[in-house]
Amino acid sequence: MAEDTDFLVMRGIRKSFDSTQALKGVNFSARRGEVHAIVGENGAGKSTLMKILAGALRRDAGAILLDGQPAVLRSPFSAHQLGIRAVYQEFSLVRHLSITENILLGQMPRGRLRGLVDWKRAHQLAEEKLADIGFTGLDVRALVSSLSVSHQQMVEIAKAAVTKPRIWILDEPSAVLSQEELKRLFDLIRKLKSESSLILYISHRLDEVFKIADRITVLKDGELIGTVRPEETDENQLIKMMVGRTLGEFYPKRLNRPGDEVLSVHGLTRQGSFSEVSFCVRSGEIVGLFGLVGSGRTQVARCIFGADRVSGGEIHLDGQRISTRSPRDAVRAGIALVTEDRKRDGLVMHCSIRDNVSLAILQQLSRGGVLDTHRRDTLVQAQVRELSVHPDDIRRLARQLSGGNQQKVVLAKWLLAQAHVLILDEPTRGVDVATKVEIYRIISALAERGAAILIISSELPEILGMSDRAIVMREGRLAGEFETALASEESLLACAAGVMQ
Amino acid sequence: MTNNVVQGQRTEALSWLRRLFSSSGAGGHRRWVDYAFLAAFFLLLLLAASMSDVFFTQRNLTNLLRQIVTNGLISLGMLVVILTGGIDLSVGPVVAFSAIVVSGMVERQGLPLPVAIVIALCVGVLAGLFNGFMISRFKLQPFIVTLATLGAIRGLVYVYSETPITPQDPSFRTIFSAQILGPFTLSVLIMLVAFLIGQFFLSRTAAGRAIVAIGGNEEAVRLAGIDTRAHVLLAYVISGLCAAIAGVLLASRLGIAQPSVGAGFELDAIAACVIGGAILGGGGGTVLGTFGGVVTLGLIDNLLNLFNVQSYYQQIFKGLIILVAVLARRKE
Repeated sequence: MAEDTDFLVMRGIRKSFDSTQALKGVNFSARRGEVHAIVGENGAGKSTLMKILAGALRRDAGAILLDGQPAVLRSPFSAHQLGIRAVYQEFSLVRHLSITENILLGQMPRGRLRGLVDWKRAHQLAEEKLADIGFTGLDVRALVSSLSVSHQQMVEIAKAAVTKPRIWILDEPSAVLSQEELKRLFDLIRKLKSESSLILYISHRLDEVFKIADRITVLKDGELIGTVRPEETDENQLIKMMVGRTLGEFYPKRLNRPGDEVLSVHGLTRQGSFSEVSFCVRSGEIVGLFGLVGSGRTQVARCIFGADRVSGGEIHLDGQRISTRSPRDAVRAGIALVTEDRKRDGLVMHCSIRDNVSLAILQQLSRGGVLDTHRRDTLVQAQVRELSVHPDDIRRLARQLSGGNQQKVVLAKWLLAQAHVLILDEPTRGVDVATKVEIYRIISALAERGAAILIISSELPEILGMSDRAIVMREGRLAGEFETALASEESLLACAAGVMQ
Repeated sequence: MTNNVVQGQRTEALSWLRRLFSSSGAGGHRRWVDYAFLAAFFLLLLLAASMSDVFFTQRNLTNLLRQIVTNGLISLGMLVVILTGGIDLSVGPVVAFSAIVVSGMVERQGLPLPVAIVIALCVGVLAGLFNGFMISRFKLQPFIVTLATLGAIRGLVYVYSETPITPQDPSFRTIFSAQILGPFTLSVLIMLVAFLIGQFFLSRTAAGRAIVAIGGNEEAVRLAGIDTRAHVLLAYVISGLCAAIAGVLLASRLGIAQPSVGAGFELDAIAACVIGGAILGGGGGTVLGTFGGVVTLGLIDNLLNLFNVQSYYQQIFKGLIILVAVLARRKE
């Protein structure tokens, strides 16, 4: 529904990654001088849509019009030239340079001698730019690395402001800010708006969205669900729009007969990430851990596994207090961690399937340090067949497999290690639907065999479909616990976002 | 035409060897460049045989083999370090230290040769322990740490002896030069055995597989419950030990230990690994490939010597070979 007044029109935008469709033909439009919020669950396609607009990703299909003219967005640079600037959660600052150099990167004022920098004028200019966005009292000579995260964000915004953008994309700008800083950010947004810029505001925090946005667009599963005015709706209705779907036969039926407590944590704390987290997982039970990005859920998992150090609290396994000071301790105790990013820390990509699957049991497979390669190959082959990894040639390199099969290789590694506590962080991320179902079956089968399983996920259907109980984290603390049979997606999301129902 | 046929037969004859080495290092499937390198290698051999009648004499072959012993051993150790994603620049001074210590212990302290050798090897192990400890414990960059020890160990060598040491005991020179099998001297056999052990270590032991995996993704290996620090440390100890063995054999071959010996050895070793397909920064490299790299470099030196090409040109030629090797293996 493109109107004459629409400054930005995105029509039929499609984008796929491997086998998953991130955007399925999105029609989106926005006007100058408005703050347009974009909300949706993780994986709804918000970031993908914004990255396409910012030139960071290429669209597979669709048209983008700016002021009625087709926009050519080949790179972030061409987006800059069209007046589109994005400020992401991960900053693009050069940490070991000063604020001045970062703000004026590529356009430092020259001195009388060509090639020399006029530092006096440069610092002056940088101060002006910061003042322009209502930010004073920073020494522009300071190194960016010495600044707090919120100050870095201000520098990032000042840097973007130099080119006087017509469209601002702010991706979760409030995630790192305190209340006071948030007020300052909102003042800035209102100022940009009064200069008739278009501000696209992506946030998980619905209360903020209601405070600042003129219109709100909801995305779900790569489709645009609708655009509403905040005065026409409320948070609960918005959440319904974000979630609204039915659970199919996706998730295997499973006998739920939890046994004894296997893993329990008491008052677990890690300074700066989470504090006072307590919960337990019983034998044969699947517990879901839900939270928004930045809630500390992954950090909890890493600490239980000994990948990071805790600063307080206790971990008990089978009733005994254990201390996992390294992943080695955890693996010996029978705990496994399937990390959320298998490419980064789950698999050795240039090694074969058999190397990856046998990695956690190299010691058990060897006598006097010498590997029993025959036994290794037999065990790995059997495990790979059981999980129907395709192809099942165990000499294949991990990087030659599809995402789903890579994830199966990671699971095979821990099955072979006979872990009886499994922590699965986003176990189906980047996995096609068919393999997803297979992975759910594997997890269920493990639980039926008596393993204690903790699933961390930002997909609510996955949490509700797979787990017996769900615990919710918000801003580093436990925010609630639900029997999933009685819980709804709305109630979990409201709990995670800190919204009263 | 005939050349092609001969090449074909030779490559086929090597296929059993390839199977033996099938799971070496990190490689799984070979790419066309590996075959291209094999072909180029045999072309070089044929070229050598047809252009020089001296090349295939036992004397020249013995010489060639003896000369590659030093670089061979150092490269083997270097490969293990490179597989972990590191680099060891300090191997040259370690060679010198081991050479001068073994000579000094025999000549000045009058110790029996076996004891002197053990002490020299301990020196290499200590150097490796120091490098490995600094790198694994404090997470320092291997390049920087071994650059520092490159200078420091050279200094220690001169502290031990400013002047060359020439052991008078005739057995010091002859023991490793004894021809045991055709052109193979004891020193050459030691190197070959070292390569076989290296191959076995990297493909058939728990520690070897862990080392290969670390270079690809250290965090994934750590999260699999493996003590990555200990394995990185081990890699540098292996490198130090290999360099020390090379030092002992070099001192014996030359009959004299110069405190200045070994300058630039690290570069030849890195070159051999890279020609053999190793990836600096980890994630690739095989024992067989490294051996090929060592022999190729030795062959080029030998040929250019036979044709009386000045050593400056040899350097230029070697540099070109390295560039061609990495260009050919570049990912598209």
